[in-house]
Amino acid sequence: MSPAAYVFLAVILFVIGGVGVLIRRNAIVIFMCIELMLNACNLAFVAFARMHGNLDGQVVAFFVMVVAAAEVVVGLAILMAIYRARRSASVDDANLLKY
Amino acid sequence: MINVLAAAHGAGTNLDPIYGRVAFWILAVLAVGAAITMICVKQAVHCALMLAIVMLSLALMYAMQGAPFLAAVQIIVYTGAVLMLFLFVMMLIGVSSADSLVETIRGQRVWAGIGGAAFLVLLVVGVGHAAIGTAHVPTAANSTGNLTGLATLIFTTYVFPFEATSALLITAALGAMVLAHRERTAPKPTQRDIARRKVSSGQVAPEPPPGVYALHNAVDMPAMLPDGSTTDRSVSRAVSQRDMDLGRDPQRSVASDLAAEERIDAERQIEAAARGRDEQ
Repeated sequence: MSPAAYVFLAVILFVIGGVGVLIRRNAIVIFMCIELMLNACNLAFVAFARMHGNLDGQVVAFFVMVVAAAEVVVGLAILMAIYRARRSASVDDANLLKY
Repeated sequence: MINVLAAAHGAGTNLDPIYGRVAFWILAVLAVGAAITMICVKQAVHCALMLAIVMLSLALMYAMQGAPFLAAVQIIVYTGAVLMLFLFVMMLIGVSSADSLVETIRGQRVWAGIGGAAFLVLLVVGVGHAAIGTAHVPTAANSTGNLTGLATLIFTTYVFPFEATSALLITAALGAMVLAHRERTAPKPTQRDIARRKVSSGQVAPEPPPGVYALHNAVDMPAMLPDGSTTDRSVSRAVSQRDMDLGRDPQRSVASDLAAEERIDAERQIEAAARGRDEQ
């Protein structure tokens, strides 16, 4: 398949992830949707690397994976802290800054 | 699969075009279907499983596109480590935390769907207008193989970003430790404190486990107290909630079992009395 097909697939997955972030209320599920968006970006990077015939895109995808791993660690720790304080993983319950 | 990986090794163009096409369509349908299911299902654990399907199909796509190293890293880091971390946290904060289906902002889902569709159209039109060429013949960068080429790039051109990621990872590990750490606000209770609290609470013995003196040994069967009554303190709240969801009623089945037993006893007594009369 041409790289364009992979880029279109990446676009579709990215949009699905974005819609998931908007419609879900559970913070863990929102996190998973963000991971889906990052994965879609990686797919596009790999497709671009293949299109150009060099490996720079793959290196960028590798760095995205590293950043995603770090982000998940910190994000899930924050989530645990919020859950401990408010006994809920719903993003609607973390609304103290609103008042 | 061996064909896929072998053809991907060191080459920008992958295997026989027809195989690549078939594999792409199968994996694309699988990934998009799993992604849509992921944002629709209610249980967070099911979401994680769907995400695993998406990630595995993406890993195969990396392998098909001449990135075998990234395919392995995708499986090991994402599907292995990150998803396991997700499941771990999910188990810690309770699997029963299903998403509430109540909309807090009216019409939010509809507008999110409309916005998503509009964004999709925008991106598809933009990508469609961009000149995305066909696969390029790999240059000198990966002539010695994917892994060697990646290592050369990471340790020459991208060595400073690579060093920065080490700082990032250390910061993330420290941050996770700080956030997950909990200061003790009260002194740790000693054995004497625990004993005093137990005695003053009126119940020295532990709670009865489920199924004690019961007619069934299922975990959702409430324990029977010595006086024959059942106690719902012996059943975990999650289990009884699940029973309620499934429409089961263990209390009633215990009651009907007790009634049946009494009836059988009564019949046996009648039979024994009749037999005694016959013998006389």
